[in-house]
Amino acid sequence: MKFDNDEIKKIAHLARININENEAKKVSEKLEGILGLIDQMTEVNTDSIEPMAHALDITQPLREDKVTEVDMREKSLKLSNETDQSLFIVPRVIE
Amino acid sequence: MQNLTLKELSEGLKQKKFSSLELTKFFLNRLDLHNSSINAFITIDKDKSLAMAKRADEIIKEGNQDYLTGIPIAQKDIFCAEGWKTTCGSKMLDNFIAPYDSTVISKFNAAGAVNLGKTNMDEFAMGSSNETSYYGNVKNPWDIKTVPGGSSGGSAAAVAGMLAPAATATDTGGSIRQPASLCGLTGLKPTYGLVSRYGMIAFASSLDQAGPMCHTAEDCAAMMNVMSGHDPKDSTSIEREKENYLTGINNSIKGLKIGVPKEFFSEGLDSEVEKIIEQGISEYKKLGAEIVEISLPNNHLSIPVYYVIAPAEASSNLSRYDGVRYGYRTKEYDDLMDMYCKTREEGFGDEVKRRIMIGTYVLSAGYYDAYYLKAQKIRRLISEDFKKAFEKCDVILGPSAPSVAFPIGDKKEDPLKMYMQDVYTISTNLAGLPGLSMPGGLMNNLPVGIQLIGNYFSEAKLLNIAHIFQTNTNWHNLTPEEFK
Amino acid sequence: MDWEIVIGIETHVQLKTNSKIFSGASTRFGEEPNANACLVSLAYPGVLPVLNEEAVNCAIKFGLAVDAKITEHSIFARKNYFYPDLPKGYQISQLDLPVVGEGSLVITVSDESKSIRILRAHLEEDAGKSVHGIEEGKSGIDLNRAGTPLLEIVTEPDMSSAEEAVTYAKKLHELVQWIGICDGNMQEGNFRCDVNVSVKKKGDKELGTRREIKNLNSFKFIKQAVDYEVNWQIEKLEDGGKIKQATILFDPDSGETREMRSKEEANDYRYFPDPDLLPLVISQEKINNIKSKMYELPSEMKARLVKEYDLTNYDADGITSNIDVANYFKELLSFKVNAKLASNWVLTNIFSRLNESDIDIKSSPLKANKLAELILRIEDKTISNNAAKKVFDEIWDQDKSVDDVIEHLGLKQISNENEIVDILNQVLQDNEAMVEEYKSGKDKAFNALIGQVMKASKGKANPGQVSQLLKEKLKN
Repeated sequence: MKFDNDEIKKIAHLARININENEAKKVSEKLEGILGLIDQMTEVNTDSIEPMAHALDITQPLREDKVTEVDMREKSLKLSNETDQSLFIVPRVIE
Repeated sequence: MQNLTLKELSEGLKQKKFSSLELTKFFLNRLDLHNSSINAFITIDKDKSLAMAKRADEIIKEGNQDYLTGIPIAQKDIFCAEGWKTTCGSKMLDNFIAPYDSTVISKFNAAGAVNLGKTNMDEFAMGSSNETSYYGNVKNPWDIKTVPGGSSGGSAAAVAGMLAPAATATDTGGSIRQPASLCGLTGLKPTYGLVSRYGMIAFASSLDQAGPMCHTAEDCAAMMNVMSGHDPKDSTSIEREKENYLTGINNSIKGLKIGVPKEFFSEGLDSEVEKIIEQGISEYKKLGAEIVEISLPNNHLSIPVYYVIAPAEASSNLSRYDGVRYGYRTKEYDDLMDMYCKTREEGFGDEVKRRIMIGTYVLSAGYYDAYYLKAQKIRRLISEDFKKAFEKCDVILGPSAPSVAFPIGDKKEDPLKMYMQDVYTISTNLAGLPGLSMPGGLMNNLPVGIQLIGNYFSEAKLLNIAHIFQTNTNWHNLTPEEFK
Repeated sequence: MDWEIVIGIETHVQLKTNSKIFSGASTRFGEEPNANACLVSLAYPGVLPVLNEEAVNCAIKFGLAVDAKITEHSIFARKNYFYPDLPKGYQISQLDLPVVGEGSLVITVSDESKSIRILRAHLEEDAGKSVHGIEEGKSGIDLNRAGTPLLEIVTEPDMSSAEEAVTYAKKLHELVQWIGICDGNMQEGNFRCDVNVSVKKKGDKELGTRREIKNLNSFKFIKQAVDYEVNWQIEKLEDGGKIKQATILFDPDSGETREMRSKEEANDYRYFPDPDLLPLVISQEKINNIKSKMYELPSEMKARLVKEYDLTNYDADGITSNIDVANYFKELLSFKVNAKLASNWVLTNIFSRLNESDIDIKSSPLKANKLAELILRIEDKTISNNAAKKVFDEIWDQDKSVDDVIEHLGLKQISNENEIVDILNQVLQDNEAMVEEYKSGKDKAFNALIGQVMKASKGKANPGQVSQLLKEKLKN
């Protein structure tokens, strides 16, 4: 499995991580190695096997529809990089 | 006081041999003297710790103390603790003061324990050597030119260096057991769902579990009594009757069937390490256990399966680190896209970025079936292997890691070499079973751990089996010269 | 060129719960920005989702209301993409195993019934909001709405006109309010439609390429947007062009649709089952429990009104058109009024007043109990229907009692037979010519005589009785 630069750029874009040309090459080498490792999975036939998402056979518990949380703006706005009138500020979002 | 176990400290506080304040000051002092040489801690806050100690002393005065009341415990910096900087070993959270307590921290607070400080770790728990932390490497107290293991390297080094009597840690692919092995400690990864993940910064949600890192199995049991329990804030938390992990710890193990998987003793295992494991097996035979050969035929697939599932889940779990609401944000950016991409390029280290890329790739259009779905299917096969094995034995025994502590920098450039560190531990996480590592000997004066894997919810038995081993051997009492 | 229109609709219905779908934060509308953003809403490190029971109940109610299969084991999946109003960088939704399966909703267009197939409905969380204009080049993020429970309802492309699309949307809008799962407040964004539109040549088996008009939150806009888009597509195709799949927005000011600007290549959402949530199991027992607590559905009530009370289909439709009208009507019936009379009064008199004042029946100043009194006075013959109209005018928005107004306006019908006979006799005496005309075969004279009696009684004589007594009298 070979990773060309375009492939790396596409994945990096999906993950919103900048990767420059230099790094892209290093990353693709390492990724190829890891994929080689992962490809070992093809050696076993799993056609009739059910995927296992959770260790134990338990099901989703439900929560009572009650309001339990309070206004925490004092804490949350302080933790943010840029706020204005209780809003988190980011560069303009274009629709 | 640094040589006392939790059990002894608990007794000492009860008998008023010393106060929590004295105890806490003592350990904070040791941190002052020794932490810089091993870099086990990211955050130490004397004021906060001492305030907790004072409160604990009041509780003790009233006679309302629990087992761990007043005892300073080191907390892996993966657990959100309100008011404490909580970084997960990453630049991304270097400025993050947690606004809430994780359930694990809440439980320790309720038990009256003292937070000794936040320990160093591989960034976002991704690593097996504690070399990926933004806050620098952690050094193994047994030989500071070597790694302590990871990702809970800081917790391991803190306890091994006698800077804390015990620590919390987390294990996703072996991150409690492998560092415990490399640092001569006893560490337990509980059954998935036994300890709440609420407030524990997520790496791979279906694999992550928190557990204790101590000198003895008995101490681990005391920690488990505090840490475990159902949490309605965590949907994956198990609801079952609460157990006291100390109750049966002295039970006889005569007739215990110990399964030894042949796949754990193939190439890749250092021959000296193998000898030490064999010694451990002999010891158990002496204690009346029966040894059974078993097979875990799909064990070698656990690495590829893990390196699909864990990065996939991680790539999604780490998407929230975007500089919008908290955490690191890049200084200069032209627009939103620029802000996202630069923030995540600068905020994450190389190994984290690599795993996010792998995770993104295996989940991307057209690859889901071949990778993620396939991995989940093999996961079931691995789990079935254990089920079959437990029909023949009560507990499985093997190595925790393929070698002893290796030199810093040795495997850093080769991720695949690093990933092989987890070859004996990963399958346990995939199956959700409990696993424990305890000291079994020394090789070149570096510790070797023995791993015990139990069936679901058999922590009490594991701790019992480990404890009996420890009442008949002395490996767990050894400490590195420089830190005695 | 004969073109056929093909429309499918995805509706996001905000569920009426107190707290969010995965956390205990409040869902109350109109709060200051981020006042309802809790730890989970803000996606802090380490937080985890726990599912709101009421959101599940709402989904079950909907499934029952559209005759759909409720999935026994449904799975939550993560839809991964980056957007500032999506704090986790993924939306928790459902992909492969949604909680509600196939169902249907019947609409009536131009007196004809059409069944619109519902493909599925699934639970998911809403995103927050971006606020623009705070500062040049910046947007403000408000996460109050992030985590509000949504039910996304998807139809098959069964609608073939803007009218059908609007009718479906309206019917769905009423239904979700009827079963109590949504407030239906479209200005607050409770009910939003994404409309998929494509066209094809009449007779073509293959569907054309569709474009998706996003976030339409008014029925008027749905009609305008669909009309514009259909024309646009037809013109493009007739000019020899091709339709490219796209997501578009409707601009109400210009009345036009346009492609969304930041349209990147089709987003790769990398769906996978959310490992923080377990399979949602819904037992038949739970479904039965919910069904037993549900009020009858509009279709059930309509059938009942026609069968038990002999209402016409048309009238029954009107009464069951929305839950507030239905409740008003039910309240009327609780006073044992005649159902047909009651339905007339609601559908004509009440409705026309409501339209005039542009209010809904919940805001009607004339409450059901008072209207019931009025109707009972017609039934017990105290007043005539005509007189009742006068009383209605007085009691519509004034705090007067029915009996007081009847008294005050002197509208009491004369129903005492003796009294009527007296008046009758007088009228016959005074109108011998008319009597002669009737006796000589001019039926019209009969009505004229009744008119005279009514005049003489100042409109108070019970017309039914007058007619009967006159007939008898004139027999001799």
